[in-house]
Amino acid sequence: MSDLRHLYQELILDHSRSPHGFGLSTDSPHRSHQVNPTCGDEIALAVVHDGTTVESVQWEGQGCAISQASASLLSTLLERRPLADVEPLVAEFREAIQSRGTIELDEERFGDAIALNGVSKYVARVKCAMLAWVALEDALDS
Amino acid sequence: MLPNPAQTDFSSDELDAIRAQFPILTERVNGHPLVYLDSGATAQRPQRVLDAERDFVLRRNSAVHRGAHWLAAEATEEFEDARATVARFVGARPEELVWTSNATEGVNLVAQSIAEASLDPAADPRVRLAPGDEIVVTELEHHANLLPWQRLARRTGATLRYLPVSDEGEVEGIDEVIGERTRLVAFSHASNVLGGYSPVERIVARARSVGALTFLDSCQAVPHAPVDFGALGVDFAVFSGHKMLGPTGIGALYGRFELLDALPPYLLGGSMITTVTMDGAEYLPPPQRFEAGTQRISQAIALAEAVRFLDELGMERVAAHGERLGARLAEGLAGIPGVRVLGPGPGAPRIGLASFVLEGVHAHDVGHVLDERGIAIRVGHHCAQPLHRRLGIAASARASTSVYSTHAEIDVFLEGVAEAAEFFGVAGTREVLA
Repeated sequence: MSDLRHLYQELILDHSRSPHGFGLSTDSPHRSHQVNPTCGDEIALAVVHDGTTVESVQWEGQGCAISQASASLLSTLLERRPLADVEPLVAEFREAIQSRGTIELDEERFGDAIALNGVSKYVARVKCAMLAWVALEDALDS
Repeated sequence: MLPNPAQTDFSSDELDAIRAQFPILTERVNGHPLVYLDSGATAQRPQRVLDAERDFVLRRNSAVHRGAHWLAAEATEEFEDARATVARFVGARPEELVWTSNATEGVNLVAQSIAEASLDPAADPRVRLAPGDEIVVTELEHHANLLPWQRLARRTGATLRYLPVSDEGEVEGIDEVIGERTRLVAFSHASNVLGGYSPVERIVARARSVGALTFLDSCQAVPHAPVDFGALGVDFAVFSGHKMLGPTGIGALYGRFELLDALPPYLLGGSMITTVTMDGAEYLPPPQRFEAGTQRISQAIALAEAVRFLDELGMERVAAHGERLGARLAEGLAGIPGVRVLGPGPGAPRIGLASFVLEGVHAHDVGHVLDERGIAIRVGHHCAQPLHRRLGIAASARASTSVYSTHAEIDVFLEGVAEAAEFFGVAGTREVLA
């Protein structure tokens, strides 16, 4: 079970079972709907911000534990964060998750989201972890 | 009375001999012996299928139906022998079997050819559609047997309707939905998700009674049971080579000759014409009319070898083996707390395939736990989103077998699913934190 535990850390399972930011109540125009065509996972995500600070990231969706935990951790991470931080954070996250285990997320910058570090060793799971982050990028472009 | 050996499962010695012909089965994955239960997606290939392809490529490779040299004649003969072998295997005459790159291309070929015919007032009325006509599919179709018909309906102004499925995945509404306006009924022979068979005879009888054509997606039946398209009375059917121990890149379309002959070609180019001028062309009869360009020669020859392999095993026995594996899969899964098995209930016939949902755990996570143990299954919607929506689920996990699959492998798989259930602490309900 050790390899499994490395990927599915308690924090991941907790976030997937009790997700943060789950439920779309905002009418913020900054929103996106993304689908992972391989497995049918999907997410609808909206960013509430005032132009300088992210107030909240709300989302609804369905998918595997990794994709759900990733969305939840993203929502936790960005709450009340300067809007200018978002783009570099997404870039760093993408680089680490796609690194096949060679780059780890920085705990000081990513907090609990470093629980997703295990994903980068599993090419088949990278898309699961990225889904919410891709939606976030798209939402801020809209 | 002794059981009829033609209808009994393989003995363990026979199964060992079968498995010895598939080198990949000795591979290890993540430190475990490979347990390959994704044959519904693509089956493994025996050594002799590769040997047949290699032998052709290394010794007799040449373009077919052109060139007057010795190699060209040899290649053409082998290519056409392969067609005859595969055609006989599915109860067709050679001229009724068109090579395609896969089953998907076969569906698109017929749909696009009908769309083309529908633009031509001089085309055979049997293959022309117009506004008011209806195309009928089922709710359980693979996207490959749905999307081409959706587009055909849009292009011709016809209406696409569907036969709904029950909670157990049974096709319903045959007499209600198939009616006087129905011109074509496209449906799966066996479901790639549920593993159960469609009521082919009833659908064909109803379609015939209203003068509609039938199109059968037989991808999940041809590899697993004796199939005779002529006896089934369908007008068209498709299947793919790589699901029946053959290579990728080759499949076939069966069509009753007079209907193939009524269809205009799908791809235009070399090797499908009699006369070409700067203004137009005359086309060859089927099957060559539908085989423009250089064909998948070595793949066709390899597929014929796969067919000989299956013939030697005996399709009755292949079917008996698959049904027993399917029953063990379905029964074993149903015995694991939190598992919902999709498709036919206990005792109902199913091919060697079972899809399931583990309550509260996403299929992708189940698949990951199994993969860590070297067990390969399919997770997701299996290219059948409407069916999953109908069943109220987003995704499922599917274990699918082939001639080389063993009961011991099913047991390893079942243990894996039980472990996944334990690991994720099957609970289900999601608490949402504000």
